[in-house]
Amino acid sequence: MDDLIKYAPALFDGFMENVKLSLMCGVLSLVLGTILVSMRVSPTPVLRAAGTVYVNVVRNTPLTLVLAFSALGLSDTLGLAFSDKPSSNSFWLVVLGLSIYTAAFVCEALRSGINTVPLGQAEAARAIGLTFLQSLRLIILPQAFRAVIAPLGSVMIAMIKNTTVAIAGGYLAESAFVMKDTFDDTGVSIPIFLGLVLAFMAVTLPVGFLTGWLARRLAVAR
Amino acid sequence: MRVIRIGAALVAASALTLGLAACGGDGGDGDTAAYTTVADKAKGAKKLIVGTKWDQPSLGLKKGAEPEGFDVDVAKYVVKELAGGAEVEIEWKESASSNREAFLANGTVDIIFATYSITDSRKEKVTFGGPYIVAHQDVMVRADDTKIAKPQDLAGKRICQAAGSNSYKRITDPPPDGELDLDAELVGAANYSECVQKLGGNNLDAVTTDDLILAGFAKQAGEAGGGFKILGQPFTDEKYGVGLKKGDTKTCEAVNAAITKMYQDGTAQKLFEKWFAGTQGLTAPTGAPQFEPCA
Amino acid sequence: MSSASVLFDAPGPRARARNALYTVAGLAAIIAILYFIYVKFDEKKQWEGRIWQPFLEPDTWTTHILPGLLGTLQAAALAAVLALVFGAVFGLARLSDHAWVRIPAGVVVEVFRAIPLLLLIFFIFYLAPSVMGGGDYAFMAVVAGLTLYNGSVLAEVVRAGVLAVPRGQSEAAYAIGLRKNQVMRMVLLPQAVTAMMPAIVSQLVVLLKDTALGYIIAYVDLLNTGFKILPAVFFGSLIPAAIVIGVIYVGLNMALSALATWLEKRSRRSRKTAARPIAPPGAAAAEGASGIGAAVD
Repeated sequence: MDDLIKYAPALFDGFMENVKLSLMCGVLSLVLGTILVSMRVSPTPVLRAAGTVYVNVVRNTPLTLVLAFSALGLSDTLGLAFSDKPSSNSFWLVVLGLSIYTAAFVCEALRSGINTVPLGQAEAARAIGLTFLQSLRLIILPQAFRAVIAPLGSVMIAMIKNTTVAIAGGYLAESAFVMKDTFDDTGVSIPIFLGLVLAFMAVTLPVGFLTGWLARRLAVAR
Repeated sequence: MRVIRIGAALVAASALTLGLAACGGDGGDGDTAAYTTVADKAKGAKKLIVGTKWDQPSLGLKKGAEPEGFDVDVAKYVVKELAGGAEVEIEWKESASSNREAFLANGTVDIIFATYSITDSRKEKVTFGGPYIVAHQDVMVRADDTKIAKPQDLAGKRICQAAGSNSYKRITDPPPDGELDLDAELVGAANYSECVQKLGGNNLDAVTTDDLILAGFAKQAGEAGGGFKILGQPFTDEKYGVGLKKGDTKTCEAVNAAITKMYQDGTAQKLFEKWFAGTQGLTAPTGAPQFEPCA
Repeated sequence: MSSASVLFDAPGPRARARNALYTVAGLAAIIAILYFIYVKFDEKKQWEGRIWQPFLEPDTWTTHILPGLLGTLQAAALAAVLALVFGAVFGLARLSDHAWVRIPAGVVVEVFRAIPLLLLIFFIFYLAPSVMGGGDYAFMAVVAGLTLYNGSVLAEVVRAGVLAVPRGQSEAAYAIGLRKNQVMRMVLLPQAVTAMMPAIVSQLVVLLKDTALGYIIAYVDLLNTGFKILPAVFFGSLIPAAIVIGVIYVGLNMALSALATWLEKRSRRSRKTAARPIAPPGAAAAEGASGIGAAVD
């Protein structure tokens, strides 16, 4: 217990980094995932193929490697820089890497949602003269989103937990790294581990409940 | 029927994996128990498990079936001495910074030569033989960099923070944890190989850690046509010790005797020359370092 | 891919022109991105033969990549078997009629699904030496962490699989006088397993991928030998190594995913089960999204 109290400030700061990473990745991966799914169902074969390749490659690569690539490939080799300050630069690189990874799962969840939208909806949309993008934006995606709120919630929960892998992308500030560093110094501490587990549960459980509640409330009545 | 078939497949698969795991897991744990000290085991069993780094050029680098480097050669010499000059079969095991203490405590390895600095906090968990060499923290920069000439120039520069290493604290923190207390920007990396990659790619300005580690990278880079230089301005002493299970003082004494002999017969100097020759900023040792008491 | 065609009609002349435009623009964008990557990599000398050469030599494969791959497969295989056992036990326990079995099993499953896997692996790795002696804890920590997490997810798959069997099946079984465990063993499980197969395999893809977390505690896996030690041996080959290792992982996982798709197609055709194929629930759906994508359509 003493360990937990002594290291609480450092662990709390670390955990706040997890929360910040989660918020940024949540927004970015939803946007990226929506773009990807639009590509995957679009009438243009090139875009469909590009979306499929992206999802299959990214989804089957370990996150550790995706993050390492984000730091070593995107930043160091391709020269992508978000900030002159190295620590905030690596923060954004981890956000980017984790979003690239999560977006593949968001895309697949949404695509399964699109499959739940009845054929008649798309046909009716076309019958009143909507273009592909219009029918996607006004008819299909709103219903697809509502059908997959619960799976999307699970994707987001996995993403929140995955922020602990930020070490692999060279961002050494979040709570898993702080915990490992502390264990290296003082040996294993059960209260510290349990404290962090509770902190994560305090974030992931509400997300689960909220999305479950929303899914029931917003379910498309058919 | 399908359940039965799947069940049978599962049983077969688990038998297979357990078998595999058993093959992977045999580290000769059984015969460790028969000997109370590693020195006895070297003499009696003629077989030791030695931990080194596997990813540290010129110190411990697993190039082929066995690792190679200064640490590895010192380990071979010392182990042979422990066995009274007889040939000992050595099983090499990777001992990364993050699991050295655990490996010794568990008996996963018998003895460790892995850029293992003797510190007060480690002394509580590990018995150290030696040191067999003293490294110094130094700074490596790109060869064409003229702005950084001494460690103090690192203020405001981007330096590397490798996960699991505290070397950066010597630059950024005041004593007792640190040394220079400069305002440098930290760039995170998973290990020193990544640090060096980033240094080469102009994504940070300096890598600072033990000069022997830096020398290994600089030598590799030199062979590949790339250019790094070490400032040659050491500002700490890192005593590389031989890690032993806590309390194995008998082996510790034997290790110290072996190291003394290694310096007396000139082997140590020869090995240093073999692995670090031609690196600017390094000074070869003239005699054995002052030993720490065995405890 | 049949889903895609319901969103748009067979194109008329204007749509064809627009499609052609999109195709050209899309191709141009992709080529531009690839060209940009090529040029930038070239600038940083990442296409130099010297740093790619090692991957053409058999020695690199036999001394580094293959032993690492073996480490990955060992950890994955053992963890997969243990996770399946864990999942079967806890999944069935959650369906128990006795509250004292059902509730603790539910708590265990929910807790281990909520813990970030990396934290769990760190904790086991650091806890093990202070609780017991002897052995290689990196391997144990990876396998135990993967087992607890994926086992919990699989427990949910098992539960959902059994629940997906229409109630008439168990009612009929009870009506002919079978006992509780007979109903489960002879009627529900055989049908549930068929429905669960795709979800289980896609969770195993997640498990295989997550063995890579062992790299952070220095377990000797593919990422460790290929991405840490190899680049240290061959100076400057960090990015080639990442690409080669990535290709191996993607190949392995796509083979497993293909197996999942094939199993799913087969189970949908099969008339031996009354249950619909189920998606990996909860967090499993998150990482093994192929399950949902495939199962819902």
